[in-house]
Amino acid sequence: MNLDAKIPDGPMAEKWTKHQFNVKLVNPANRRKYNIIVVGSGLAGASAAATLSEQGYNVDCFTYSDSPRRAHSIAAQGGINAAKNYPGDGDSIHRLFYDTVKGGDFRSREANVHRLAECSNLIIDHCVAQGIPFAREYGGYLANRSFGGAQVSRTFYARGQTGQQLLIGAYGALCKEIKSGGVKMYTRCEVIDVVIIDGQARGIISRNLVTGELTRHVADAVVLATGGYGNVFFLSTNAMNCNATAAWRAYKKGAAFANPCYTQIHPTCIPVHGEYQSKLTLMSESLRNDGRIWVPKEKAVAEKIRKGELSANDVAEEDRDYYLERKYPSFGNLAPRDISSRSAKEACDDGRGISSTGLGVFLDFRDAIERLGKDVIEARYGNLFEMYNRITDEDPYTTPMMIYPAVHYTMGGLWVDYNLMTSVPGLYALGECNFSDHGANRLGASALMQGLADGYFVLPNTINDYLASSKFEKFDTNHAAFVEAETAAKDKLDKLLAINGKRTVDDFHKELGQVMWEKCGMARNEQGLKEALEKIPKIREEFWKDLNVPGSADDLNQALEKANRVADFMEFAELMVKDALDRSESCGGHFREESQTDEGEAQRIDEEFCYVAAWEFQGLDKEPVLHKEPLEFEEVKLTQRSYK
Amino acid sequence: MSKQINLKLKVWRQGKGEEGRFETYEANNIDCDASFLEMLDVVNDELTIKGVEPIAFEHDCREGICGCCGALVGGKTHGSHDRTTLCQLHMRHFKDGEELVIEPFRADAFPVLKDLIVDRSGLDEIITEGGYVAVKTGNAPEASSTPIKKEFAEAAMDAAECIGCGACVAACPNGSAMLFTSAKVSQYALLPQGHPERTKRVKAMVAKMDELGFGNCSNEYECAVACPKGIDVKNIARLNREFIKANLSKS
Repeated sequence: MNLDAKIPDGPMAEKWTKHQFNVKLVNPANRRKYNIIVVGSGLAGASAAATLSEQGYNVDCFTYSDSPRRAHSIAAQGGINAAKNYPGDGDSIHRLFYDTVKGGDFRSREANVHRLAECSNLIIDHCVAQGIPFAREYGGYLANRSFGGAQVSRTFYARGQTGQQLLIGAYGALCKEIKSGGVKMYTRCEVIDVVIIDGQARGIISRNLVTGELTRHVADAVVLATGGYGNVFFLSTNAMNCNATAAWRAYKKGAAFANPCYTQIHPTCIPVHGEYQSKLTLMSESLRNDGRIWVPKEKAVAEKIRKGELSANDVAEEDRDYYLERKYPSFGNLAPRDISSRSAKEACDDGRGISSTGLGVFLDFRDAIERLGKDVIEARYGNLFEMYNRITDEDPYTTPMMIYPAVHYTMGGLWVDYNLMTSVPGLYALGECNFSDHGANRLGASALMQGLADGYFVLPNTINDYLASSKFEKFDTNHAAFVEAETAAKDKLDKLLAINGKRTVDDFHKELGQVMWEKCGMARNEQGLKEALEKIPKIREEFWKDLNVPGSADDLNQALEKANRVADFMEFAELMVKDALDRSESCGGHFREESQTDEGEAQRIDEEFCYVAAWEFQGLDKEPVLHKEPLEFEEVKLTQRSYK
Repeated sequence: MSKQINLKLKVWRQGKGEEGRFETYEANNIDCDASFLEMLDVVNDELTIKGVEPIAFEHDCREGICGCCGALVGGKTHGSHDRTTLCQLHMRHFKDGEELVIEPFRADAFPVLKDLIVDRSGLDEIITEGGYVAVKTGNAPEASSTPIKKEFAEAAMDAAECIGCGACVAACPNGSAMLFTSAKVSQYALLPQGHPERTKRVKAMVAKMDELGFGNCSNEYECAVACPKGIDVKNIARLNREFIKANLSKS
């Protein structure tokens, strides 16, 4: 497998500009002869589909939802970063680049990150032009707020619904192109396989979720913008239907999968409360601007709180441990996500957790309300407080919120080169689906930035090079590769329906998720990972023996959709654990207990692990092959991260 | 452990080509901290084990923002008129022993696909007619070049909070999509970026709404009561003004 990242030569700040000039272009009159499939209609997918269509390409866009506007990008709350430096606090493209490389714990590609920082400003320009109602100051100019891992205020936001507003903007752009005829939209269509002919990605197999019909679609390039794999844990902040199927099937067809062990556990989520729970709810990181995180200093006090014998407000100031402020005085409550999450876990492991399960810490607004007044806090976080109140029936204005970390985002994904092309020619991966920009830890308000940078500005440029320089044989959907892929997909669905066992899909999914959370969650060790590697194949075997999927394949059948996705998670989980086992250093969201400093901080081992781990599929019963793409740092000096 | 309740559910079941009917199910030992959809998950798991096809219902984010979920519970869209989506409605709002009638959103323009799932693609078609600013990637000027009065930006954001769930249509006695359409028209009428296309936009969106069989607005305001995001009926007034102005102008 050739893993050439194709990073352009020249100084870091000039690479992207130079590259844009060097890529081959397709003549505007010829573009309509090319057909591009975009899978997914979230920020990355919708923006890519719309922009490619604006350029003149024929685009087919697929989503499993009833409308492109439902994609889970919509749930992003806090904001989107850009290096505009409107507050005049010393921000620049270089600083955003620097913070992102450092925040990613030096496990991302410098050139990609620099390009991301360069695109950040264009995104804000474009989104404002689209009529996205960003927050503004009284003077009419755009407002900013700060987020974790940065010492400048560079986050643009639309109340607590920034993801919604940006997605609706991209959806509007997509609708504009649907209207113009450039994009054909396939809603309620799930892509269940990628078709590769003569080494090029040439199409997909999709399933119409209403009729169950499988269809074949031919294209000159296939773009996956299908999000992350956080739902492998069952409980996560992802939407219920988020899945890894398209990416996983691409991997099985030859696309390398990079750094699957990098998952982000978000520090501020509502704690788990019961067996029936189907998902976890995030409370925006922006709350950490004004909320102070603490647990009692004494275990005995924490125990009283857990039993309901004592309330948070009864705990005196000197008995509280504001552990982030204590451990990381310069970043305090705005320490990066991985560090904040791990600190919460440490406090709870120490017996000082405060929710009934013992897995929770306080996020307290008492001091901010005293300092700024309730009105200011309400204006800043009103909708989040309301949401919290709805779910927990508690009032965060008077009682501190209870939070605990939860799986939120996955930094790993399909390996892509600088052009966002996977190791399969003609197959691209954008947004959370690829691995490239966030290294081992993503900073807050950077996911929206990356999704839109990839979709609006990167791919529509880089894809030209491939289209202009490749040969495309003409064929139709009767080609053997399509027939074979469709037959395999159909067989798999029939097999799921035929098991006729006793357990539901969710039951198996929960069992898998529990193993992943315990052994491959916030902290990992060799023994636990090896245990997971023994357990996962057994769960998978049981799944294929005892699953019950009612209904038929030629109907709207949600249990079957779920089963088909969980079947892939059952395979994917194993790769994730293998990667976590192989990387015996700690970095970012991947904390290996064997690798920590004397102070208990994550210890990176650059001499051994300064690489991207890209896995190549060899067959389900064979070990995948690990390829290493070395990471070189020219601009940002490799240092052990410090937020103290 | 929080309180648990038992409920009786009368649920609309409708398969492909069927007329549809109510079936009765028990929902036992439901935790009051569970959401309405988690209650349905529990019932569905039990049905599956019994070999009965689970109740089909649309859902995704379960955070009240994607707009997927929604059903009439006791005749109320999203089960409550307390500015919530069905996924954010918790079982603590129901009484032990209560009987709940659960039906899909009812509107001429929303045909039932299966059980509680309806086809709301008409809403996308309305947006496709002009619910956006036609700016191409690369066209945009520097973001701070046009200051926008904070009150207009805020009012535009109020309108832009619509999640496209369709509760307004289902709650309207006429099955009108006026609140939905007016929210989008308002957002762009309030912002300078939307002004070049405002005439064309409002005409095209209203025409599409009519064409798709959404009813007319007769100012019942049920939509605003049902809206989980609190979209104001002032938006309808704004749409009407935009529409009248558009029809008076020559372009």
